Amino acid sequence: MNWEPVIGLEIHIHLKTRTKMFCRCEVAYFEPENTRTCPVCLAYPGSLPVPNATAVEWTIKLGLALDCEIAEHAVFHRKNYFYPDNPKGYQISQYDEPLCVNGRLALPGPDGDAEIGIVRAHLEEDAAKNVHVGGAEGRIGGATATLVDFNRAGTPLVEIVTQPDLRSADQARRFLQLLRQTVVELGISDAEMQKGSLRFDVNVSVRPEGSDELRTRTELKNLNSFAFAAKAIQREVERQVAVYGSGGEVVQETLHFDPGAESAPPLRSKEEAQDYRYFPEPDLVPLEPPRELVGRILEGLPESPATRIRRLAAGLDHDLAEDLVTSGRDRLYERVPGDRRAVANVLMNQFAAAGVDPEAANPEELGRLIEARSRIPREKLTEALAASGDPGFSAEQYLGDGLVADTAELEPIVERIIEANPGQVEAYRGGKEGLLGFFVGQVMKETQGKADPRVVNELLRQKLS
Amino acid sequence: MAITRDEVLHVARLARLELRDDEVERFTEQLSAILEAVAKVSELDLTGVEPTAHPLDLLNVWAEDVPRPCLPQGDALANAPDHEAGFFKVPPI
Amino acid sequence: MIDTLRLTAEEAMGLLERREVSAAELHRAYLDAIGERDSELHAYLRTVEEPEGKGVPIAFKDLISTRGVETTAGSKILSGYLPVYDATVATRCKAAGMSLLGKTNMDEFAMGSSTENSAFGPTRNPWDLERVPGGSSGGSAAAVAAGLAPWALGSDTGGSVKQPASLCGIVGLRPTYGTVSRYGIVAFASSLDQIGPMTKTVRDNALLYRILAGRDPEDTTTVELPNPVEIPEREDLKGIRVGVPRELNEAEGIEPGVKEIAQRTIELCRELGAEVGETSLPRSVDYGLACYYLIAPSEASSNLARYDGVRYGLRVNGSNVREMYDRTRDAGFGDEPKRRIMLGTYALSAGYYEAYYGQAQKVRTVIADEHAAAFENFDVLVSPTSPTVAFKLGEKAENPLAMYLSDVLTIPSNIAGLPGLSIPCGLSDGLPVGFQLIGPQFSENTLFHVGHALERAIGFDFVPGRLK
Repeated sequence: MNWEPVIGLEIHIHLKTRTKMFCRCEVAYFEPENTRTCPVCLAYPGSLPVPNATAVEWTIKLGLALDCEIAEHAVFHRKNYFYPDNPKGYQISQYDEPLCVNGRLALPGPDGDAEIGIVRAHLEEDAAKNVHVGGAEGRIGGATATLVDFNRAGTPLVEIVTQPDLRSADQARRFLQLLRQTVVELGISDAEMQKGSLRFDVNVSVRPEGSDELRTRTELKNLNSFAFAAKAIQREVERQVAVYGSGGEVVQETLHFDPGAESAPPLRSKEEAQDYRYFPEPDLVPLEPPRELVGRILEGLPESPATRIRRLAAGLDHDLAEDLVTSGRDRLYERVPGDRRAVANVLMNQFAAAGVDPEAANPEELGRLIEARSRIPREKLTEALAASGDPGFSAEQYLGDGLVADTAELEPIVERIIEANPGQVEAYRGGKEGLLGFFVGQVMKETQGKADPRVVNELLRQKLS
Repeated sequence: MAITRDEVLHVARLARLELRDDEVERFTEQLSAILEAVAKVSELDLTGVEPTAHPLDLLNVWAEDVPRPCLPQGDALANAPDHEAGFFKVPPI
Repeated sequence: MIDTLRLTAEEAMGLLERREVSAAELHRAYLDAIGERDSELHAYLRTVEEPEGKGVPIAFKDLISTRGVETTAGSKILSGYLPVYDATVATRCKAAGMSLLGKTNMDEFAMGSSTENSAFGPTRNPWDLERVPGGSSGGSAAAVAAGLAPWALGSDTGGSVKQPASLCGIVGLRPTYGTVSRYGIVAFASSLDQIGPMTKTVRDNALLYRILAGRDPEDTTTVELPNPVEIPEREDLKGIRVGVPRELNEAEGIEPGVKEIAQRTIELCRELGAEVGETSLPRSVDYGLACYYLIAPSEASSNLARYDGVRYGLRVNGSNVREMYDRTRDAGFGDEPKRRIMLGTYALSAGYYEAYYGQAQKVRTVIADEHAAAFENFDVLVSPTSPTVAFKLGEKAENPLAMYLSDVLTIPSNIAGLPGLSIPCGLSDGLPVGFQLIGPQFSENTLFHVGHALERAIGFDFVPGRLK
């Protein structure tokens, strides 16, 4: 029996607005604890939420980039539960009337696009940060106290939920990369996992290949990188297949991974169904995004990464096209003249290694370098690439037809010229210093202009004195 | 009984209220009477009636993304029953 | 010698303007009166010694956040809590020069109709110390009635300004929902709570409302007033159409004495030139209480979740966070908040939402529509404010449902977000009877006009008999 994975993702991204979702505290990372708070995000008695206009606009922008329908009437709901990082005892979120629904992200692949459905994208606020102290470092078990920092509480969060359309761990990884890329290019989020501005959970189940049933799924939480997630998903898929294979049943569970210890096996828990008692937020009025605003945002959307991958893949290996786009080097690629594969390869390898900002590099000069790369010694090419982002960079000095500055090469020529012109040597030594130019000219003639004049000058002065 | 003792214990749990035994007894009786009274709303056939979430027909009220000064850490912690090194401190989860 | 029992806020303003008295002297006069009479009334939870403004002093119900001044909402769970910010209404009063006299007693979290649910002991009615002042703004009402404040702010969710005003013989306005900011007001039921002025006269009420009202960017459920507040002058009611909803005026439980005085007042409207007619609110009164006691506790169950011992207020420790929550909330909340939290949690819970909360929100639409229909033919609807005069302390305290019935006449218009003004219109057995004027949204000017005209014609003496 062949099994296929059925994978869905729930992604949370921080919007990089200046202020929080429901108050005007400045959003800041890595600031001293509880220095970015106010009565609203601390949930003091009597405080009230005021939505961030930019957060609403950027959620619409993201929804449009994901081909979603933007709701004509959207509502904030309260999600009620108790936890120390949830100061109001409820989170302001969205429930059955979210801002964006029914979208899709085309994931270009070597065999064509895989269309991954987006169930919804909605706007909510992030919780505060709990630090568990006293027990095993950072883990909940055995802690003696919990310390809470409310700086993060209230940061705008967009939650994106996909359909369970992903069919492999690797596809899930590539989807995450593409989604991240899309979000970053829209300018609405840094989407960096280490910073905490992108988080995701994975739902995994398996089913017999070809069937359309949906079996019990497990949830993977706290995965700290795309690569690790791919590994964890793969392992879970294999585990589930083995369970079914031995006649067992997969049990609904949540696997909590430890972001600090990748190899540690996850803690397994059976999460009790929570009754969040959702009801419309009475302190906030509904949103009806004006169609004219939605239209304007739609028109201003940049060309999506998926579209660009597809375009580049017409003339390049798919994986290379995808790498160029997801690494942010595709725009440079399109402007650098020359053989497409050569340019792509250098950009993804040696240029990438040089660590130069693609925006700073001069495309024409890079093109010349790349064209001449077989004629340039390796160290020279590395040096050239490292400098390619400097203002006024010119490939000239690094090219194979570059000036010869090697004294070992030039010395014999200089000596020959000196020997062949005794009269001028005597005249120069007699005080006619202007004759230096004559000697330089002779060396240049001899080397067809390829000698480095400064080195020639230096050598001549040495030998003529 | 419009609400059973178990149901009272359940909502008390959801609402993080630790009730004593005699309280459970008394509240079950009182809540039952109240629930019976409020259940009156279900006498009305209101299919097709839109619910009113807000008395006023307001829409799209929001504020520009411009920062305002935050509370100094001292003010944030001013009423904290327990705090340590700038954090609010609570018993372990 | 300032006679605080008689002095209206408007008169106090006059004294200040003419420099016959200083703000400090005025503040002192009220503190002296409080010293004299409040030990038997317990209207105040705490007073402020130093006058801060140059204007007429004012008392605030203790759910209004006052920076640096303890704010408890009548609950143990907020005992000792010092807000680090001012409510918008406090800021506006301060900006108008008013200085804070103190914080007044209230039913815990505004849940109650007698102020007996205060965690700090009840307040007594200045007209009869064995009786309740009404609630939940009982402290503010008693303070104004007993000359312990020229005016005060209360809050009204199911009738908590109107009903105590009625029981204490003073004027109370519940404004159109959305015209007074809730920022800084300890929340009970978000879609119903409004801060309301409590005063000796209708003109005072209009003066105070004018200072408070208007859109607040900190509260997205507020709006600008379509028209400026007018301080009433006219003493006749020509051109006003007064509607008498039969369900409000014949509801079960209205005492005969109350009914009689209300009817006399309706007659007075006619004499002053109003067109008076009967009307009907077929389902609003019948289903109003049930609707309210589903919506309000549901919203409250969520609004009170923040009282968890983490960031402020009472904390009772536990070996883990869960225990801390349970013990803190059990020790900190009184019976009425516990009941309403559980009721609300139940009404919102999975499987029950549609039948309870969902259905109540639909009943709300019905009630709003019925009032709107009545207002097509009338400018103001009238009824008694409370079915009874002040009842005895302890009389209803053990019976929640009986207590809830105190609000049967004030609740329906509240659910529709409509303004209501209660003015004293007579005495029954020596105790004040209140007359309720209900108007469409933003009709406060009409309510003030009608209220003022009636007030002048009735000539009710707002000084409690036993204090004269």
